[in-house]
Amino acid sequence: MPFLELQNLQKTYPDGTRAVRGIDLQVDKGEFIVLLGPSGCGKTTTLRMIAGLEDPTGGQITLDNQNVTHLPPSQRDIGFVFQFYALYPHMTVQKNIAFPLENIGTSPADIEAALNRVARALGVEALLDQYPRQLSGGDQQRVSLARAMVRTPDIYLMDEPLGTLDAEHRLELRAFIRRQQLSLSITAIYVTHDQEEAMSLADRIVVMDGGKIRQIGSPSEIYNHPADLFVANFVGSPGMNLLNGQLVQHGDSLTFTRPDSDIHIPIHANIAPMRSVLTQRHEDTKTQSSMASKQVVLGMRPEFIRPANRGIPGDVILSEYQGSHGYVHIDTPIGELVMRSTDRFAIGEKIHLHLNETHIRLFDPDTGTALA
Amino acid sequence: MKYSRWLVIIPYFFLATLPLCWLLLTSLKTQEAAISSTASLIPTTAENLAPGDLSFSVTLDAYRKLATPHTGKAHAFFHYLLNSVIIGLLSTLTSVVLGTGCAYGFSRFRIAGARDWLFFILSTRFLPPLAVVVPVLMMYRVFNLPNTHLGLILLYTAFNLSLAVWLMKGFIDEIPRAYEEAALVDGYSPLQAFYKIILPHSATGMAVTAVFCLISAWNEYGFALALNNAEAVTVPVYFAGLQGNIQGIPWPQIAAGVLIFVVPIAVFTVLVRNHLLRGVTFGTIKQ
Repeated sequence: MPFLELQNLQKTYPDGTRAVRGIDLQVDKGEFIVLLGPSGCGKTTTLRMIAGLEDPTGGQITLDNQNVTHLPPSQRDIGFVFQFYALYPHMTVQKNIAFPLENIGTSPADIEAALNRVARALGVEALLDQYPRQLSGGDQQRVSLARAMVRTPDIYLMDEPLGTLDAEHRLELRAFIRRQQLSLSITAIYVTHDQEEAMSLADRIVVMDGGKIRQIGSPSEIYNHPADLFVANFVGSPGMNLLNGQLVQHGDSLTFTRPDSDIHIPIHANIAPMRSVLTQRHEDTKTQSSMASKQVVLGMRPEFIRPANRGIPGDVILSEYQGSHGYVHIDTPIGELVMRSTDRFAIGEKIHLHLNETHIRLFDPDTGTALA
Repeated sequence: MKYSRWLVIIPYFFLATLPLCWLLLTSLKTQEAAISSTASLIPTTAENLAPGDLSFSVTLDAYRKLATPHTGKAHAFFHYLLNSVIIGLLSTLTSVVLGTGCAYGFSRFRIAGARDWLFFILSTRFLPPLAVVVPVLMMYRVFNLPNTHLGLILLYTAFNLSLAVWLMKGFIDEIPRAYEEAALVDGYSPLQAFYKIILPHSATGMAVTAVFCLISAWNEYGFALALNNAEAVTVPVYFAGLQGNIQGIPWPQIAAGVLIFVVPIAVFTVLVRNHLLRGVTFGTIKQ
């Protein structure tokens, strides 16, 4: 029995906007789930429905064996961290943190103890008597985390908590959240549009787009085996190289090519199930040609492309230097490719590229879904 | 720059306080000195001054006489002041409480036809209130409301409510929803969130609204005159009624009464001025 379960969860706003179009998700206790997607993909709405801040228009939410779909937030045991901190401006840090305990009959001594515990954990002891407006963004978000953690709720819901912080505070708090997760095994749903944040925090990532889930998987599954073109392009910075072309069978071997080029990229045996896809299609269409082919999109991460003595020829058109490595944009006969490289290349330089065939991914250009 | 400010402020201060100073001087005079054809400006304790002297001898008689009914009047000034205080404070309180509740509803909930309702509420201010004095008087007679405090309290609340709703809606709209949502997820009910979060944040708005409501109720004359001739007469009506008094108009007493009448409003406004300076938004939510 999952700890949190979303079944066909939907939200249509009164103006007709369908923010969430049927989401199914199961979360186990102690799992850290990241909802990842571009703005407007429905991730925040989903989180707010779990919190009870939005009323679902369809589906069901089960939390700890209880149907909480239409319960008010106060009757769900949740800790919520807001993107803009939402600290109560008229209360000191101390009062802010203690606020969730004050109406549930906690004794002053217990409040004091809980306050000290989270204040120490988050390093805000020195700030207790200050008002939120006197704090930096990073400190405000620490206090906000402390407020969410003071009650040890069933589940933490975080809505882009690091989104407005500067880079230094962001990395620091990200590491803190990850340590908390590892030491306390908190159950959390974390919303972000930052895929790097998602990768570093999540046990499982839920990639969303257009109010639907595109893929659920561990960070490495999401990164290495994107379920569709959207995930392939959205995850990774830069995203996957995506090339349109044809999958062609010559006897026993499969290659990727483009009609207007004589470059053939061999497709590794790990995509063998492709053969059956191809055969099936071939039979369906009753083509008598001895050569089966299918339109596909080839996907390749920039780090699996490297310069070689021979291979795909190309001209360097742009070089983005980033310190430890760089991204090189190369114009080739099969399309523009981005290569991750520690070497630097001059613009206009002619090079050859080698694609690591074990990391080739193929997608159906019509449906966008991954093949095999 | 620093001094040029004072070049404007000091003359304006004297200009603005001149009527009040004149009131103060008049309130310290005898009836004879107050209606004398030559103005006397300098208060002294000396007696038996020559006619036409620039000085006048100070007396607190006018203030003392406020405690006793004036010729031809049923009650002393303080009775009418109490009427004004009761009617002013209660109508202000009702307007602010109802206005805040109503504004909160418009600000936070989806209400069918909200824009039309808000326009309707505003439209009650389109006519000068006195345009409806006759129908109001007739309705009031049916309910036995003329000559009652309740009658004026209801009336002033009705007039001020539109202002209160619009002012308070502006203030509440400025309070980020995230504060309330934080209280909700921290385990508080919507009503508790309203009490603990919205009310403290709308205090400034409520104070400003209260000033406007109080001033308008405090100064109202037309309805107070039309609806009352005995019981709930307020200060403005009382003073106006002294015209044609058999002893002449008792200017020193009127001046003394007006000063006392002005003080509560002045104090109230100064208190709220401090509140206003604290600012409406606290700037901790960046949006």
